[in-house]
Amino acid sequence: MTDPQEKTRPVAGPTFIDEKPVPVPRPGRWVAVVVLTLIAAWGVYTLGFEKIQRGHLMQTRLGWEVVGQYFLSPNIFNGLLMTLELTVAAMAIGIIGGVVLAVMRLSSNAMLSGASALYIWFFRGTPVLVQLLFWFNLSYMFPRIDIGIPFGPVFVSLDANTFITPFLAALLGLGLHEAAYMCEIVRAGILSVDEGQEEAAQSLGMTRRRAMFRIILPQAMKVIIPPTGSQTIGMLKMSSLASVITVVELLHSVQLIYASTYDTVPLLIVASLWYLVVTSILTVGQYYVERRYSRGSVRNQPLTPLQRLRRMLDDFHPGMRQLPPNA
Amino acid sequence: MMFRRRAATAPSTERHDGPMVKAAGVYKRYGPLEIIRGVDFEVQRGEVSVIIGPSGSGKTTFLRCINHLEKIDAGRIHVDGKTVGYREVDGRLHELRDAEVCRNREQIGMVFQNFNLFPHKNVLENIIEAPRGVRKIPAAQAKARAYELLERVGLSDKVRAYPAQLSGGQKQRIAIARALAMDPKLMLFDEPTSALDPELVGEVLSVMKQLARDGMTMVVVTHEMGFAQDVADTVTFMSDGKVVEQGPAPEVLSNPEEERTRAFLARAMSERRASA
Ligand SMILES: Nc1ncnc2c1ncn2[C@@H]1O[C@H](COP(=O)(O)OP(=O)(O)OP(=O)(O)O)[C@@H](O)[C@H]1O
Ligand SMILES: [Mg+2]
Repeated sequence: MTDPQEKTRPVAGPTFIDEKPVPVPRPGRWVAVVVLTLIAAWGVYTLGFEKIQRGHLMQTRLGWEVVGQYFLSPNIFNGLLMTLELTVAAMAIGIIGGVVLAVMRLSSNAMLSGASALYIWFFRGTPVLVQLLFWFNLSYMFPRIDIGIPFGPVFVSLDANTFITPFLAALLGLGLHEAAYMCEIVRAGILSVDEGQEEAAQSLGMTRRRAMFRIILPQAMKVIIPPTGSQTIGMLKMSSLASVITVVELLHSVQLIYASTYDTVPLLIVASLWYLVVTSILTVGQYYVERRYSRGSVRNQPLTPLQRLRRMLDDFHPGMRQLPPNA
Repeated sequence: MMFRRRAATAPSTERHDGPMVKAAGVYKRYGPLEIIRGVDFEVQRGEVSVIIGPSGSGKTTFLRCINHLEKIDAGRIHVDGKTVGYREVDGRLHELRDAEVCRNREQIGMVFQNFNLFPHKNVLENIIEAPRGVRKIPAAQAKARAYELLERVGLSDKVRAYPAQLSGGQKQRIAIARALAMDPKLMLFDEPTSALDPELVGEVLSVMKQLARDGMTMVVVTHEMGFAQDVADTVTFMSDGKVVEQGPAPEVLSNPEEERTRAFLARAMSERRASA
């Protein structure tokens, strides 16, 4: 305590081990490094570079030559666009439908909550593929689609075969199925918000609807968004089922090509790579959306990787520090 | 008769001269359990009414009945002359629609034991949310009022803070400012200091004392006997869902008639001395 040397020592940091200790020997690690490196090298070589005889050509095993040839082709690009459209539109239906269903499910009105439960039972209980085929064949049940009052007057009458295009069938199939899942996600989110929040809102004179949309749902977002991100990524891939009902999305667009060229594997790789590209972008997007909705729940927002990178660069050039403290 | 939306002016101007709160024969059940059993209760305008009583005696429940967060099963509660939650036509009660209940609640501020600030909104947003959204007050006006209230509760420097960045005492003072932003005629406090560390209790109580001096009508459920002694006009002692004793604060606190009140007070006072 009174030792003067004691005082000059830094408070934090090692106080009794001044030298770096000799670590425990871990020979297993080295074995693992060698084995894994070997396997990885073999994998990269065979799948990436090794050539084999295919017909009168020498090609890599996965046909990277063909992959490169088609990766940016307009047909595939159009397929990708269709996949993105389907994903976005179906998720929009799913999210809006899910919120409506969740609010219904939690309503004190037994009819509403029962209807929502029935919906979930059906749309979650049957395979999406089957639902897609149903919508695709809607004209079998309803050759004409009449919009009006049940048993009453008809306002618009549509021909199902022209109105329900394959795209619309896919959209309905994927979106309505998604709504059932989103309902459960939204419901869990709403239930995660403390009851006191609604009471506080009500005591301030907010109606239940206002309290729901201004106070409860924004807080539920923290719980809703992560699984919604996974659902979106799931939807991206699930949209490939639309190929079965003749929608030319990403998978179908490569199928159309390999149906004539027989380059099945390279074209499936083209599709997979695009799915991976979009999934990666979605993952980054999800990170930022989650960050936005965690506002207020943590005392200090951690920096994004980009901000951290900029900080690091700034530290190299101290004169250029422009970033606000917690931008 | 019914207005779907009200203009951005002060709440109803109609005057009523009777008591601010008048409850008669109030019962509240949860299933077979009778929680409130025939409570009569009155608060005059400008009065501070403190409710004390052992845990589980129904104080919170009764307070929540006053602004219709709980539906009562029998009896009547009037706030400012209006039946809470219902409209009386020819002696029959008609349930009010959600929007109408809300309009009446605007005039009753409530402060909760665990603050219930909106965690996704910062202090300013917490305060102006209801004035803007419910009363449709223009942003500039609502903000000006918010700054005024923040000054009153001594937290002008926390405008942009989020609730997670505040101490308990600060949260509760913000919660009081948030309730006051609706210009209520009546403030309900449910044990506003019992979730606070002892050293933070004082800052909240002093805001409440100031509010009482400014003439706000207040109903306060509390275990703070010191506050009751200093500020209360009337004290109500509840036990087992009933009002055991009710009267002017000095009489009830220092010279209770009922044995149960005396026992409760003796225990509360000795606890207070022990913690002091
Ligand atoms: N939603 C509910 N369902 C069933 N019983 C309830 C409910 N809310 C409260 N109670 C019961 O009602 C009784 C009174 O509760 P209340 O919260 O009003 O008591 P209190 O006087 O405020 O107690 P404390 O001083 O501990 O806050 C308690 O026995 C409680 O268990
Ligand atoms: Mg209580």
